[in-house]
Amino acid sequence: MFNLLLQLFWIFFKIGLFTFGGGYAMIPLFRSELIGAGLLTEEALIDFIAVSESTPGPFAVNIATFVGTLNGGILGAIFATVGVVLPSFIIILLIARFSSRLLESRWFKMAFVGLRPAVAGLVLAVAFSLGAVRIFPLLNLEAFHFDFSVFDWKALAIMAFTLTLSRLVKKVSPIALLLIAAVLGILLYGLI
Amino acid sequence: MSKAKTVGDLFLTFMKIGAFTFGGGYAMIPIMQREVVDVKHWVTEDDIVKLLVISESTPGVIAVNSATYIGYKIAGFWGSVAATIGVVLPSFVVISIISLFLVQFQALTWVTYAFKGLRAAIAVVIFNAVFKLTKKTKKDAFSFGVLILAFLAAVFTGVSVIAIIFIAALLGIVYGIFKSRPVQGGEADV
Repeated sequence: MFNLLLQLFWIFFKIGLFTFGGGYAMIPLFRSELIGAGLLTEEALIDFIAVSESTPGPFAVNIATFVGTLNGGILGAIFATVGVVLPSFIIILLIARFSSRLLESRWFKMAFVGLRPAVAGLVLAVAFSLGAVRIFPLLNLEAFHFDFSVFDWKALAIMAFTLTLSRLVKKVSPIALLLIAAVLGILLYGLI
Repeated sequence: MSKAKTVGDLFLTFMKIGAFTFGGGYAMIPIMQREVVDVKHWVTEDDIVKLLVISESTPGVIAVNSATYIGYKIAGFWGSVAATIGVVLPSFVVISIISLFLVQFQALTWVTYAFKGLRAAIAVVIFNAVFKLTKKTKKDAFSFGVLILAFLAAVFTGVSVIAIIFIAALLGIVYGIFKSRPVQGGEADV
């Protein structure tokens, strides 16, 4: 049992160390590390990707908890989750502790003039790509694959509604918007 | 506020953020702006930008990176521990329960519908986050150009986010040097 817990911790520590950006980019690594080690089957991985879309939290953390529970119960879940979180925790702690001088430097202030709009552009890109794929599920923007044949008007309606609401009521919180959208989803997809 | 109370507050705030972060790390930006910038005034919009730059250039998921960073800034080591455990706890609890009856969960069609609705709105709340992020940005041609270039590169090419961030930082430095040097016949306005 103890060996299994250590193995779970170590595998997810490695995964946490090599996860850059979004979790889905890491699926090949999950595949080789987890399926290779016999901790997860291909079918379970595919099922879990769908489940993870409908549960809160980052994909890397979710799959650590899932694989940990499957193989080692609650203790397994704890070891795997701590493993996946620990690398970024340590690295960010070091950065937060030692970076203040760098972040106050003249060079960083100049760089920041470029970074501020770039980050806004990146966030806008995520919003645009997510929105476009919801409305036209067959689009693949990165591959220049513009397939508009499937059109989800319900997704468009929900977006138009929540966007209008957030313009009209300035103080509406994003959590409230998400909850309203969930209710709209049940109504539109379930009843129409 | 006493230190212990701040640590407890960090835990609860990040637990709330973790509970509502669906569909990737960027979805937590609007919720974080609301809870951590607008409501608690712990950090500024500029700190969120710094946080994203750091998150994208280091390993790990954005949610954990953000919690650790803000937790440390507000209440030191124990602040970062509390915020990190807080942000992870909701998914930990939900997934441990769901993994016991994975199949039944998928069979709940109304859950699927609710999440279809929710995922459509995630695009909107992330879109709204952009306005807050640009509030303090100078409205000039340079900023606008960098924003558009970063946007196009991220949507239509496979260029990595780290590369985009690196190039933007370089452009900022070059622009800064260029602007601080008086140009003949022109005026330096720095």
